[in-house]
Amino acid sequence: MNGIHDMGGMTCFGPVRREDDEPVFHADWERRVFAMNLAALAFLGPVDRARHAIERMDPVEYLTTSYYEHWLAGLETLLKELEYATDEEIDNGKVASVKETPHPPPNAEMAEGLVRGGMSATRDEGRLEPAFNVGDKVRARNIEVKRHTRLARYVRGKIGMIAAYHGSHVFADTAAHDLGENAQPLYTVRFEARELWGDNVERRDCVYIDLWEDYLVTEGYGRA
Amino acid sequence: MSDHHHDSPPSPHHTSYRTRERNKELTQRVERIEALLVAKGLVAKDALDRLVDIYENDLGPMNGAKVVARAWVDADFKRRLLDNATAAIAELGFGGLQGEHMVVVENTPQVHNVVVCTLCSCYPWPVLGLPPTWYKDAAYRSRVVIDPRSVLAEFGTMLDDDVEVRVWDSSAEVRYLVLPERPANTEHLTERELAELIDRDAMIGVARVSAP
Repeated sequence: MNGIHDMGGMTCFGPVRREDDEPVFHADWERRVFAMNLAALAFLGPVDRARHAIERMDPVEYLTTSYYEHWLAGLETLLKELEYATDEEIDNGKVASVKETPHPPPNAEMAEGLVRGGMSATRDEGRLEPAFNVGDKVRARNIEVKRHTRLARYVRGKIGMIAAYHGSHVFADTAAHDLGENAQPLYTVRFEARELWGDNVERRDCVYIDLWEDYLVTEGYGRA
Repeated sequence: MSDHHHDSPPSPHHTSYRTRERNKELTQRVERIEALLVAKGLVAKDALDRLVDIYENDLGPMNGAKVVARAWVDADFKRRLLDNATAAIAELGFGGLQGEHMVVVENTPQVHNVVVCTLCSCYPWPVLGLPPTWYKDAAYRSRVVIDPRSVLAEFGTMLDDDVEVRVWDSSAEVRYLVLPERPANTEHLTERELAELIDRDAMIGVARVSAP
């Protein structure tokens, strides 16, 4: 999708505003929204689906609400879409019906186990043989993806160089939509500033971005 | 507070711009949802409490600072860190959620690295904790890839034209930590004293570490 969340390269958002001695959370509701999102991964996950729920927010609302309001919006969206709660239940707080989860809710020890152990994104089954080598020139595909993707708009169609190979990772585009993990090689690709932003760019800066193999073709692909 | 720029549009990401009414509304709504999910047996209150406690008190940039300080004093550790950051960081006891696939990138006189997530807010939680608001804000996410030098300048980080700026956009599950340059005249400091010099911004790459 071409969502409002895909912000790389946009202008006019003003200076970066910092807060001295910023607390981890600014209000108690932020603490609870953060923790509920993490705990709810057990039945609303994977994380790709949770990210996509935020990306689908109304763009005006996305820009005019704070970070943990995004997390709240994503949580409510998934609770309703996956039928764990209705609008009415969320509005009045009263349980109307209960949908069983595959597992009991994580207790404190299990929650801590998730934090300490993490959730590896690498797989040893799926597509394991990398098609590209470090140093290869590649082009990020220009493709229309109507659902979740991590192929940022600003690299689509651009030529870069494979800088690193990370093994086979769960493919966010399909995992977000119950279409399978589709694990495949993940690379870091280096793009020069001039290639990304325009022929008039002189500065020698560059962007390294992580891209799955399905996002990439060899540089000359599609040309006569 | 340094976030009061009265000449720029109000940011919803800052508490100071959120009305008391909106905060109250959010407080009540979130309380209702938590009570609902607990009543439905979907989440356990003690698990939520534990999660908040870990991220508010246990994980933060002091962890990353220990990693950087170790790399400054131990060349073998630094080699392991640049070669396989996840394993090297685990040697110090750090790892887990949002740090499963770590990469450490080294600043040098020729190369300056800075980390972003343009698509959301990906950040190496085990070594830096949860990100500051500005890291998740539209201004940083939109600008740092296209105009990193002006963003760095706002943080007081001026770079010569011949320094290459590398911006790392965390678009998958790999998480990045910047290994800042060790400041001059710190040879006499212990590893622990060095760790105290290293702050979050230097490990995101928007600032340098200065000598005491």
